Amino acid sequence: MRIKIGVLGLQGAIREHIWALEKTGAEVTVVKTVEHLEGLDGLVLPGGESTTMRRLLDKYELFEPVKAFAQQHPVFGTCAGLILMAQHIEGQKGPHLGLMDIDVRRNAFGRQVASFEAELAIQHVTEAEDFIGVFIRAPYILSVGPEVEVLATYADKIVAARQGPFLTCAFHPELTEDYRMHQYFYEMVKDYKEKQSVAKA
Amino acid sequence: MAQVGTERVKRGMAEMQKGGVIMDVVNAEQAKIAEDAGAVAVMALERVPSDIRAAGGVARMADPRIVEEVMNAVSIPVMAKARIGHIVEARVLEAMGVDYIDESEVLTPADERFHLDKKSFTVPFVCGCRNIGEAARRIGEGASMLRTKGEPGTGNIVEAVSHLRLVQSQIRKITSMSEDELMTEAKEHGAPYEILLQIKKEGRLPVVNFAAGGVATPADAALMMELGADGVFVGSGIFKSDNPSKFAKAIVEATTHYQDYALIAELSKDLGTAMKGIEISTLDASQRMQDRSQ
Repeated sequence: MRIKIGVLGLQGAIREHIWALEKTGAEVTVVKTVEHLEGLDGLVLPGGESTTMRRLLDKYELFEPVKAFAQQHPVFGTCAGLILMAQHIEGQKGPHLGLMDIDVRRNAFGRQVASFEAELAIQHVTEAEDFIGVFIRAPYILSVGPEVEVLATYADKIVAARQGPFLTCAFHPELTEDYRMHQYFYEMVKDYKEKQSVAKA
Repeated sequence: MAQVGTERVKRGMAEMQKGGVIMDVVNAEQAKIAEDAGAVAVMALERVPSDIRAAGGVARMADPRIVEEVMNAVSIPVMAKARIGHIVEARVLEAMGVDYIDESEVLTPADERFHLDKKSFTVPFVCGCRNIGEAARRIGEGASMLRTKGEPGTGNIVEAVSHLRLVQSQIRKITSMSEDELMTEAKEHGAPYEILLQIKKEGRLPVVNFAAGGVATPADAALMMELGADGVFVGSGIFKSDNPSKFAKAIVEATTHYQDYALIAELSKDLGTAMKGIEISTLDASQRMQDRSQ
């Protein structure tokens, strides 16, 4: 089964996600306009500046289509993507896409001088504490709803989570050559597609 | 154990800015306009380059009060400029927690011979370059991001175009060279061999390269993206225009959708007067900021 995954291509670390996803065996395209969503099995919301991405989503009438796409397909958001996916953002009125029942804090680890990398253990993804998490002005998840599974923590802060077809992390797996997080998302997309085609049959 | 200030963390920060616009601002109010327009970062300054050019004299790091005011006003990253080779200005900005330092030829150099040892800092640096030699030397010193020098504060894109084209063609040349020719190439450019080897292997610079120095219109920003820039710095262009907010939004959108020409036409309508601009040949050698460092 051919799996086609799109990367929201408005701003940020787009090509790194493309390289990582290609390693998983997926066919990868960049999503800049509504038409680009057609035929995709999953979508990645990359790291970048969340305020910039939101503005561009609104401006090009991508916001509602992406939200509608997410009702029927898996989505993976990293860093700024996590902010876009959260239902509650500290100090901000209302969410962006609001896909996941998580409460998040922006730039939670501090400014750039506090940005860091650290080894993480990630549920379903790693077998040991050996995934390099690159945290850049990163957010973290303050709390999660009952349907959300916490996948990873760092210094007692939640930094990766999954809720059904939605996967998110506060760090940047696209900035390392460790593709396990992308592979995990690829498997999520594949399972989801298989289940849908079974349901249709 | 968490490690701060690693190469990956510093270069990664610049990767997150790709496809975006970084705007020069001189106060909190301008910073907010930039953030609302969709800027990915702001550069906090005391004066924009065209005013620095007009004022003459020695241009230094901005008053920390201005930098602090801008940092408090916005949630996007804040950059600030330090003079070339001015270790203490850079350390002061780092201590204040700015997100990125521009070791910039727009300010009067503090050291005519040596740039900063940027590897020894936790904060990442961006530096200007006109050719692959300058680019590779700055990367060798630890710059995590590059930008074309252009000719700042002129509103004239010609120098930025020539710098970006030259760097791109030199990368293409290096990529196609045989490995045994690289050492001589490195010698001729005064470039670290290891950096050229890395460029050859990857077919690109190991850090992002933005356009800067003369971007005055949405079409200018789109042109630089078309030529292969990873993003755009806009200095004097925005807040020297008649309607900064509209202008800023137009530049952001033109940068994202740089190949959507009908859109750029729409964006460019009724923007009012762009900054007047300076023809490069009218600048005498002492006024050329790009020549201040190599």
